[in-house]
Amino acid sequence: MSQLANKPGHAAETAPDPIELLRMMMLIRRFEEKAAEMYARGKIKGFLHLYIGQEAIAAGAIAALRDDDYLVTSYREHGHALARGLEPGRVMAELFGRETGVTGGRGGSMHLIDSSKAFMGGYAIVAGHMPLACGLALAEQYKGTDRIAVCFFGDGAVNEGEFHEALNLASVWKLPVLFICENNLYGMGTDVRRVSAVIEIYKRVPEAYAMQATQVDGMDVLAVHDAVSEAAERIRRGDGPVFLEMICYRFRGHSMADAEHYRDKDEISVWRNLDPIKQLTEKLRADGGLQDAQLDSLTSDVEGVVNDAARFADESPEPPLESLRLHVYKDAADA
Amino acid sequence: MPEITYREAIRQALRYQLQNDERVFLMGEDIGAYGGSYAVTKGFLEEFGPKRVKDTPIAESVIAGAGIGAAMAGLKPMVELMTINFSLLAIDQIVNNASKLHYMSNGQINVPLVIRMAGGAGSQLGAQHSHSLESWYAHVPGLKVACPATPYDAKGLLMTAFDDENPVIFIEHTALYTLKGEVPDEPYRVAFGKVDVMREGTDVTIIGYGGSVWQCFRAAKTLETEGVSAEVLNLRTLNPLDTDGILASVRKTNRAIVVEDDWEFGGFGGEIAALIQEHAFDDLDAPVLRIAGADIPMPYNGRLEQAALPQEAEIVRAVKEMV
Repeated sequence: MSQLANKPGHAAETAPDPIELLRMMMLIRRFEEKAAEMYARGKIKGFLHLYIGQEAIAAGAIAALRDDDYLVTSYREHGHALARGLEPGRVMAELFGRETGVTGGRGGSMHLIDSSKAFMGGYAIVAGHMPLACGLALAEQYKGTDRIAVCFFGDGAVNEGEFHEALNLASVWKLPVLFICENNLYGMGTDVRRVSAVIEIYKRVPEAYAMQATQVDGMDVLAVHDAVSEAAERIRRGDGPVFLEMICYRFRGHSMADAEHYRDKDEISVWRNLDPIKQLTEKLRADGGLQDAQLDSLTSDVEGVVNDAARFADESPEPPLESLRLHVYKDAADA
Repeated sequence: MPEITYREAIRQALRYQLQNDERVFLMGEDIGAYGGSYAVTKGFLEEFGPKRVKDTPIAESVIAGAGIGAAMAGLKPMVELMTINFSLLAIDQIVNNASKLHYMSNGQINVPLVIRMAGGAGSQLGAQHSHSLESWYAHVPGLKVACPATPYDAKGLLMTAFDDENPVIFIEHTALYTLKGEVPDEPYRVAFGKVDVMREGTDVTIIGYGGSVWQCFRAAKTLETEGVSAEVLNLRTLNPLDTDGILASVRKTNRAIVVEDDWEFGGFGGEIAALIQEHAFDDLDAPVLRIAGADIPMPYNGRLEQAALPQEAEIVRAVKEMV
């Protein structure tokens, strides 16, 4: 399991290991498929937002960062958590609401948090986490470190007031924040073209916020890695925040409750041809960098990790009822 | 003991924190170059520099959110939202993030953040600048709410707020900034969740917080001349609430009135009345009364505004009917 995690001391901003990136994308894909299965079996309740189709972004971006760079994300964050090295078993246990989950069953799918890995949380109010990224970055700027904060959000966030407030403040104060917009073309069921005056989101940013902004192919994990490496290096130098718009597509509905009446099958199949896992696999095979046996071994490794995660979650206890009121306030009794 | 204003008392606590804790910094609208819209932070930018005293854009959500984020990263920010009216633009950050992170993270993260704001009415500022929404924040688990009524409380409660590991909403009353009172020079703390018995009495307990404490106090003095002995409780904090302190007083006087500037319907007075009837019903000689703001948007006209706010005479009349 540990080989799937970001290793401590992982040298960020260097050339990526494509096999590692492939393995991480495969892990996220299988994890999400297993989560969907567990949801259908009633093991997971509440909302479940799958990341299937967007794996290149979490895998590529987080591999290009330092392990102590803060991550804050939206509620579609299982992939980011896995890419940051949170244990798959503890993430799955959180989806199951179990005591062994990353937040002991208190957070759930939308609020995975592991502060020991600088994974500062998934947040379920669209754009509501963007000001937090500014604050985390502000703290590091204040302390004089070169840690940066990376904020992942969807295209649905860009018409919120908090998006505007966060980008403006980050730019005015030259905060070390990397804003990554995962534009999967739909805010829940609404096509971005129907609700955004400027559809190419990155084009809003340089003029409105005096911030460098680039559009990236979010289905290409190597392109994501390169763009994030370059941006992170610039931010770490103290040159201020950067905005990256990653064009991508989620292959599944907004959540498990989504019947997907708003987009047609042809559109989905076009994007499925751009599957980031398929693209990288084909590229590596063509380059001779991936043999059949190696792919089989990756597949079975990932399968094992995900099955172990589901078993661990299923065998874990529920949080005790006596813990109901624990951690509302931090005080002496809350140690 | 020196007599200083409520404003100066707050300044003393803030200066002490800035001088003694490197993690403390202040940010908010016009707190630096302008000196604070109520002059609380006047001169701080010159004294402590722009790293510690930050002027922000007018963007309440990101001001609060950046404070929360900085607190998550181990700093001790003090965020000033100017007034409680503007805090409505930050309420997503306060309610969805600040109050919830410790619980949602299963105790991994905490948010040691002080959010200051001025509240209250009485200055003819109209419907959008006259709110008393303390009860909204007190309603939210995970937040603490302090409402100082005196210069002594202002300094001591603010010192305690900075010691706290949780988000504290610190609500100052606009009408009190020039109020003078005795305040020790040295640092001291006023505990959260402990009422101050401002005046002892035996016939009725009059309960107030923030600005309304003074209507209670003046009413009690008037009542004394008419032979009624009123006890005045200054709540100091709404969350935590000193339920024991309230009940102890009511068990002695057997009557209670809650006075607040906020709207009556769904307000904090109803919470206190409910607590008293749940725990001290048999001690009561009369129903618990509420004297609160009228359930209307605040009018600009001065006579109308005063008619919408609790008045000393109203309290006196109500008590006389009760005893």
